[in-house]
Amino acid sequence: MNRERVDILIIGAGPAGLAAAIAAREDGISSLLVLEREAQPGGILRQCIHNGFGLHRFQEELTGPEYAQRDIDRARELDIPIECGVTVLSVSADRVVTCVSPTHGLRQIEAGAVILAMGCRERPRGALCTPGTRCAGIYSAGTAQRFVNLEGFMPGKRVVILGSGDIGLIMARRMTLQGAKVLACVEIMPYSSGLNRNIVQCLQDYDIPLYLSHTVTDIQGRERLERVIVSEVDARRRPIPGTEMAFDCDTLLLSVGLIPENELSESAGVQLSPTTSGAVVSDSFETSVPGVFACGNVLHVHDLVDHVSDESFQAGHAAAAFVRGEPRAERWFRVEDGEGIRGCVPQKIQLCPSASVTLMFRPADVFRNASVVISCSERELVRRKAMIFTPGEMASYSLKPECFQGLSETDPIVVRIEKGVD
Amino acid sequence: MNNHSDILIAGGGVVGCALARELSRYACSVTVLEQAWDVAEGASKANSGIVHAGYDAAPGTLKARLNVEGARLYPALCAELGVPYAQCGALVIGFSKEDEVTLQELLDRGLANGVSGMKMLSRAEALSLEPNLNPAVTCALLVPTSGIVSPYELTFALADDATLNGVSFRFGETVQAVRPQADGSFLVETGRGVWSSDTFVNCAGASSAVLHNQLSDLSLRIIHRRGQYYLLDHPAHPPFQRTIFQCPSRMGKGVLVSPTVHGNVLLGPSAEDIADPEDTATTQSGLDSVMEKVRLTWPQVSLRTNITNFSGVRAHEEGGDFIIGPVSGCPNAYEAVGIESPGLSSAPAIARELAGRIVQDRNLSRKEQVLPFRKPAIPFREMDPDAQQAAIRDNPQYGNIICRCEVITEAEIVAAIHRPVPATSVDAVKRRTRAGMGRCQGGFCSPRVASILSRETGISLLEITKNGGNSYLLTGTLTEDADRRDRT
Repeated sequence: MNRERVDILIIGAGPAGLAAAIAAREDGISSLLVLEREAQPGGILRQCIHNGFGLHRFQEELTGPEYAQRDIDRARELDIPIECGVTVLSVSADRVVTCVSPTHGLRQIEAGAVILAMGCRERPRGALCTPGTRCAGIYSAGTAQRFVNLEGFMPGKRVVILGSGDIGLIMARRMTLQGAKVLACVEIMPYSSGLNRNIVQCLQDYDIPLYLSHTVTDIQGRERLERVIVSEVDARRRPIPGTEMAFDCDTLLLSVGLIPENELSESAGVQLSPTTSGAVVSDSFETSVPGVFACGNVLHVHDLVDHVSDESFQAGHAAAAFVRGEPRAERWFRVEDGEGIRGCVPQKIQLCPSASVTLMFRPADVFRNASVVISCSERELVRRKAMIFTPGEMASYSLKPECFQGLSETDPIVVRIEKGVD
Repeated sequence: MNNHSDILIAGGGVVGCALARELSRYACSVTVLEQAWDVAEGASKANSGIVHAGYDAAPGTLKARLNVEGARLYPALCAELGVPYAQCGALVIGFSKEDEVTLQELLDRGLANGVSGMKMLSRAEALSLEPNLNPAVTCALLVPTSGIVSPYELTFALADDATLNGVSFRFGETVQAVRPQADGSFLVETGRGVWSSDTFVNCAGASSAVLHNQLSDLSLRIIHRRGQYYLLDHPAHPPFQRTIFQCPSRMGKGVLVSPTVHGNVLLGPSAEDIADPEDTATTQSGLDSVMEKVRLTWPQVSLRTNITNFSGVRAHEEGGDFIIGPVSGCPNAYEAVGIESPGLSSAPAIARELAGRIVQDRNLSRKEQVLPFRKPAIPFREMDPDAQQAAIRDNPQYGNIICRCEVITEAEIVAAIHRPVPATSVDAVKRRTRAGMGRCQGGFCSPRVASILSRETGISLLEITKNGGNSYLLTGTLTEDADRRDRT
């Protein structure tokens, strides 16, 4: 088998992979390669034809393909090679990437650094153990989005959406605009997991009811979906008997969460976090395997692509520093999830960071008039109050390098939410 | 009449297909009438996939004899057909003195039935073989000859081999009435047409008693017993090496925890008698009952990696045993009725027994030439790198990964669509290739599989179904729907 060699190999040409590649190239890395399994670069943005992308990064409202095109154009300007139609089968701990394509067959590529940017996938029905038949007409929201936006087909006419994740909300509007009747959006939690702007613009503007604290408890239909039963749930998310509502529908779209796609990371022996389902990383986005970096939705699921790009630029710079052999940190602060916090990234910070470090995390519940407190031992590094914190919106706080002076590495940096008085 | 076949077989499950393959070696025309749109669509696709050793059934019953005979045929049959099979062994576990008595009875029955190598184990021995067992276990019966198989893949291979050797499969044909004629032949009405045959064989699974009762005065009754399952993703470290059974009850062999031939973990089945044999829905109560029992075997079980839930309906005949052979009081009619567990294990032996009888009665002569079965190619994911490289060189479609979770290539999907009994739906492709069987459940690959199906068969994407019939995937094109909205 051919063995090739590159300084930096990036897996995935979605927004994360593109940004990482651009950053590495801008840092002067001449030998790099982006591998993409789809026929074109752009990742999931290709099918996200709605607008709202790029407000933070470009101060403009772009569609997904427009946003992606900016990075694709920049990558072309920088002459970054992007090979499409190539699927990576495995990554070894010593950074040998095995990949396959129809034109070049099976190849092995040795990389000075690997950047994992494979994105995430949608949780399927099986993850919910929803009982009922196994008829046609049950799709994850993203699969339906692909059918509609990339292939030009309608997956159904009367639709119920389970879960209020952003893709589900976007698809509620999309299906409505295409003439389908969206009967309901059903969310098991007492709050939506989507962005508030999507609740307003995709459900309320189209009079689509949102049933919070409800879930689908039965799926009926022998060949094609005919009906779903929706029940209210109690505080422990168990269906309450007697609250059943029947919706006659031919389509059920699932928008019940995203899972970072880390099979390749596991093949390299990368340590994963049970909370984020992504890699455990340092503030330079390096995983537990030296020279293997992770960024974007494969690291943790983001709400906004702008943040994916920010994070991935940093990962690209860090990978460039790694292959240039710049001195590496050897001692770290641990970062821990405190009360009310889930999945803070990064999980460790070098003792003397040269630039600001952004901590990203999700509130574990809805908190009103509460404060985020980042502290180390007795010392408060950050305290920020907000009207509302919700799991649907990732929070992030930046810590300046001087914050870390004088801290003891034996104490973890803890991020927690301090409840306010309602 | 055009619709004539020397032998008509009602039912394309594992028994019907194994029988069709046996008969395809003889000079006669054979047609299988199947009500679904693929073979193995009934209990044959939705069961535990266990090749039982044969210690369950009472000595002297057909179940006992055919199970042991069938299990002995499995290793060579699966090797010949290229079907995944493993003799992983089994443990039947007990938690009390009473259970120990039951296990001893099973051991005695097994010995009487001719099962070899069984052994009673102490608690410590059981836990050292299977450390994830509930530590409350007190005793276990080790059954080394118990095996696992992919039941639908076996059925596909049997049907393909039969097809290569002249058997015709007709789908969407529900046998509604079988009418014996004065000359000893049969007229068979399917709702879509009328067939005639000299010999009729009832392998209709859940419907087998209904057909039997049309042919015989000796009435039979099938109880439809639904079993629900959980299927977990293939873990890096399998929790159990063997199939773990609990002590059997009146309703069946109880809930098992088993590795599958593809490395998944199977939990189930529940057992509940239902009215409608086609009601393969899962229910919360049924699934809960499975988990309650699974926790007894495997206290650390987690559903975090659950991939899917399914159920199958077993055809339990009230008499409790298989009913196999000529139909009482109806010349030229044969049957396999009440084929519940260990039906899969027994299927090769049932087919041989029935075929032998038919060949003898009809005085059929062996064909001079039997076309050798072409095994399905080794899955890409199981090839070594050199073989993968060679496969892509010969056929670049091997370099196009369609299903990410299970690493299934375009070449394998195209091959499934062109098998002798072709895959004509997304689920049919899934069962033949595993594309869509992984943790994302087809989220990524099902649109791609649908497109390949459309391209290979020339059928519009709008006509592609999940699983035949009206299980269409799509309801229209964007422009059509927009047009309709504009008009209203």
